[in-house]
Amino acid sequence: MTGTPILELRNITKTFPGVVANEDVSFSVGRGEIHALLGENGAGKSTLVKMIYGIQKPDSGEMTFMGEAFAPSKPSEARQKGVGMVFQHFCLFEALTVYENIALGLSAAEAKTGDLRQRIIDVSTTYGLKVDPDRLVGTLSVGERQRIEIVRCLLSEPKLLIMDEPTSVLTPQEVNVLFETLRRLASEGCSILYISHKLEEIRALCSKATVLRGGKLVGSCDPRRETAKSLAEMMIGATLNRPVRDLPEPGEIRLKVQELSMESDEQFGVDLENVTMAVRAGEILGIAGVAGNGQTELMEALIGERPCRFSRQIQLDGADIGQAGPRERRALGMCFAPEERLGHAAVPGMALWENTLLSAGRTNDLARRGLISPTNANRFALRVVDDLKVKTAGVKSAARSLSGGNLQKFIMGREIMQRPKVLIASQPTWGVDAGAAATIHRILLDLAREGAAVVIISQDLDELFTISTRISVIAGGYLFPSQPTGELTVESLGLAMGGRSKEIEAAKRADEAVAEPAHV
Amino acid sequence: MDLVLNILLGVVVAATPLVFASIGELVAEKSGVLNLGVEGMMIIGAVAAFAATVGSGSYIVGILVGALAGATMAFLFGALTLTLMSNQVACGLALTLFGLGLSALIGQAYSGISLPQFPRVDIPLLTDIPFIGPLVFGQDALVYLSFALVAGVGWFLTRTRAGLILRAVGENHEAAHGIGYPVVAIRYLAVMFGGACAGLGGAYLSLVQTPLWVEKMSAGRGWIALALVVFASWRPLRALGGAYLFGGITILQLHSQALGLKIDAQILSMLPYLATIVVLVVISRDRMKMKLNAPSCLGKVFYATS
Repeated sequence: MTGTPILELRNITKTFPGVVANEDVSFSVGRGEIHALLGENGAGKSTLVKMIYGIQKPDSGEMTFMGEAFAPSKPSEARQKGVGMVFQHFCLFEALTVYENIALGLSAAEAKTGDLRQRIIDVSTTYGLKVDPDRLVGTLSVGERQRIEIVRCLLSEPKLLIMDEPTSVLTPQEVNVLFETLRRLASEGCSILYISHKLEEIRALCSKATVLRGGKLVGSCDPRRETAKSLAEMMIGATLNRPVRDLPEPGEIRLKVQELSMESDEQFGVDLENVTMAVRAGEILGIAGVAGNGQTELMEALIGERPCRFSRQIQLDGADIGQAGPRERRALGMCFAPEERLGHAAVPGMALWENTLLSAGRTNDLARRGLISPTNANRFALRVVDDLKVKTAGVKSAARSLSGGNLQKFIMGREIMQRPKVLIASQPTWGVDAGAAATIHRILLDLAREGAAVVIISQDLDELFTISTRISVIAGGYLFPSQPTGELTVESLGLAMGGRSKEIEAAKRADEAVAEPAHV
Repeated sequence: MDLVLNILLGVVVAATPLVFASIGELVAEKSGVLNLGVEGMMIIGAVAAFAATVGSGSYIVGILVGALAGATMAFLFGALTLTLMSNQVACGLALTLFGLGLSALIGQAYSGISLPQFPRVDIPLLTDIPFIGPLVFGQDALVYLSFALVAGVGWFLTRTRAGLILRAVGENHEAAHGIGYPVVAIRYLAVMFGGACAGLGGAYLSLVQTPLWVEKMSAGRGWIALALVVFASWRPLRALGGAYLFGGITILQLHSQALGLKIDAQILSMLPYLATIVVLVVISRDRMKMKLNAPSCLGKVFYATS
């Protein structure tokens, strides 16, 4: 890019107790440039942008923004100077309307200038970001919520827009729409700092990339001239071996779900409607879908946290288990790895070895007649830590002291090493770095090869295409019939994930038509 | 006619303390703080107002001191739960126990003293209208204040930016913090407003309703106020309605006791509590609406991260 850079960072260093988050980082973003910030989890990307946005202060080093020294002490100051940020975790209020949410995100003065409602509509039509100011945010899809965040940023006319992993929750179609908006913004002179670890997207969108590893700058490049593999290797600093899916012919049906309907008990939850699926031994069924389309509810039903109406609605190896609780199901050889790591899959304040007792207590003889065997539990925990290369000070560390990705590895290891007949995992590699994700994928494949039936609920299509033998889409609480992975494309999945109501209705009608004779 | 008028006037007197206490708690809860210490703040308000009135001879001083005492109690609660991040339920219960004990201690010197009747508003001509006059234009100033408060809080919560921010803090404190609102400071203000209101409710008990100081005179009204807020699904007008329902049945059962009904007095005394809760449960049985109005962060401790 020609001309003076809009943002320049020089020798930025930031340390937290015990960790160097950023060390001597320097780079610059040009005017109208879409600049990617690449790196694995814990590489220091988030800390870096938090400093640009005024949430944190650098220990040393300096920044200039539009030619002036720049050291925002709080986000509102950064916003005033022209920096906008769309967070990975949205700052939205579900029980308030879109209009109220946007008003809250602006300063009192900004909210008062002109008719805010009209300005929202203007900005949203100009950039093709359709939002209805009077809808409750809780009723919106994740993609729509993101649009609100973007509209909110655009209302204060930023010169630099920071986006933290914006596409991790979008369907492929929504991603395309977002990219058009971003390209348009860039062409109008707004610079974009884009954080992601989806390399194909970065290659399609960004004209420059800065790569961080372990808090240090390791290089910059033009992502359009790189391959996804070369970018990934730059990020992890090692060569990457992708696992290969070579599963034998599937065997008998192990897990079967029939016509399962269940009302959600959450405020803005999704009701499951007539969910039917069957998974054979040696198969990995991937369930794709945008977050908030019934995945949580499906997971609850499969784990047994909420019993089914009829016991026959879920069957394990032909036995009805629809009304069995989680412990009974585990005793029968099922294992589960729910999405929420802290508080659901693991107890934050307990040590790792204690956490093994929670799910592997019976299967691995860690407790006998109500008495804990610390020796066995410690041994089991150590095996998990060794096999999955979990980075931790030891199995006596509390679960909450582990980084998200490391804890995820530990939890996946704990479940997989019980050698279950059926494993159900939600977002198995969410927030896990590329190397660890490959490890988890490899052991999932091993498990299937040994004859287990595996169900993976994930929003990461790359992941599903890598390991699933069949993929099925969940949208609005309805599960589309599964298809072999080889016959699917990202586009066809994306259409179903978008929850195009007509198609869902059509599919439901077709189901009913088939189901009806059976009732007669 | 006189009996009906007396009953209706009695209802207003019985309902007003609840209106104050519940509207205050409503604001605190909308900001996401569950303060179970309403009973304690009320009783402290009652004894403080009574003592100040006896000491100064001025009702105005008494009322202000009552509100201030309630707010001070609430500040204590805020310091424990917002600054020190203790459990809100436990601290609220402790606040109630503390308030009951402390008020009994302070009140020892004041038992047996009675105050003259609290002045009522008297507008020439208007108050003289039969029936409607005394009912509408002849109440005491605090009754009008309670109505103004309900209207004011309703307007504040739905129509003002500050009210929107308060609701936002109660709905999702992480997000509010992320945008840059001072979550803890806003909660302090809301909790102290709630305390001041509870104090006013207490002052009304000891200055207007009885007007005496009696130990434990709040008699569970703080708890009823708490229940009102939940079952009114955090809407000011409904809380007002609930308070008047409670007041109405309280007075009716007193009169029916006087009439010598053959029902045990204990059962009759139970009625207002029971009926109010039953009616409000029935009104608020739409779970979806209930959840929509309920502040999502109610009772959750807020840790400011980053």
